[in-house]
Amino acid sequence: MTRPEPVQVIKQRRDAVLHALVEGVPYIAFLGVRFDRLGDELTAILPYDAKLIGNPALPALHGGATASFLEIAAIIELGWARLWADMESGRLDPAQVQPGAASLRLPRTIDVTVDYLRAGLPRDAYARARVNRFGRRYASVRVDAWQDNRDRPFAQATGHFMMPQPPRD
Amino acid sequence: MPRPAPEAFLAALPFAAALGMRLESLGQGRARIGMDWDARFVGDPATGVIHGGAVSALMDTCCGAAVLACEGAIGTATIDLRIDYMRAARPGARIVAEAQCYHTTRTVAFVRATATDGASDTPVASATGAFVIDREATRP
Repeated sequence: MTRPEPVQVIKQRRDAVLHALVEGVPYIAFLGVRFDRLGDELTAILPYDAKLIGNPALPALHGGATASFLEIAAIIELGWARLWADMESGRLDPAQVQPGAASLRLPRTIDVTVDYLRAGLPRDAYARARVNRFGRRYASVRVDAWQDNRDRPFAQATGHFMMPQPPRD
Repeated sequence: MPRPAPEAFLAALPFAAALGMRLESLGQGRARIGMDWDARFVGDPATGVIHGGAVSALMDTCCGAAVLACEGAIGTATIDLRIDYMRAARPGARIVAEAQCYHTTRTVAFVRATATDGASDTPVASATGAFVIDREATRP
């Protein structure tokens, strides 16, 4: 009988894969977006920064900063979902998961629609993405973003994404 | 109220300034804004293609500027914005967005925009959105 893996080994492997997925993207670092992980559930975090403001009179987050945040949350969720099964089964060698590796290729956006429900306040924002369709060619994703109250989202997005195709033989 | 000088317009928006956006023209419900390629805005390090989110930010800013370029407009906010990404922007190329308010009601502006990179006649992206339009109070 095989013993279950020690919990710290599992956590370390999952966190390493998530880190490699996020770390390679300059625009994610530029915005300061990071991800919290609980099991397979990701929460994207956009820490407040003065450069994210669009309307200094209110002040409010720039709609483009919000759109960027939602799109990043959707793409990383998809990249993560794509790796999860291989990662858990051991087919994905964690040593191979370095920034720039083929397995870390991210989906490409086809289209995205952002619904601005209320002004983004000058404080941290959070987002969770839900994959509504995960196909071999494309995926459909819905993202909710909130600030102080989870029940009062300030923006939502729906987007479609081309999944990276395996190289042809 | 006089409209701010075009060059001051984007400098007043911190996020537009952070992305290096430059206003090229503004007036009569239209706006043209450029954004230079920058390694910090890259979404795919393997190819150097700009992240879709940065293009979204350019589109949102350009559409908002077009709304403010409508007669009597003093403020705006995005209600919703849809962006179609037709192709990857050429790495290193400046992206230029052009937006037009094609219809306004008393409180809502309907806007279309395209973004090009000079490499092809096919735009990099197109956008369509609805924006709040705040107007100067009209005297009785």
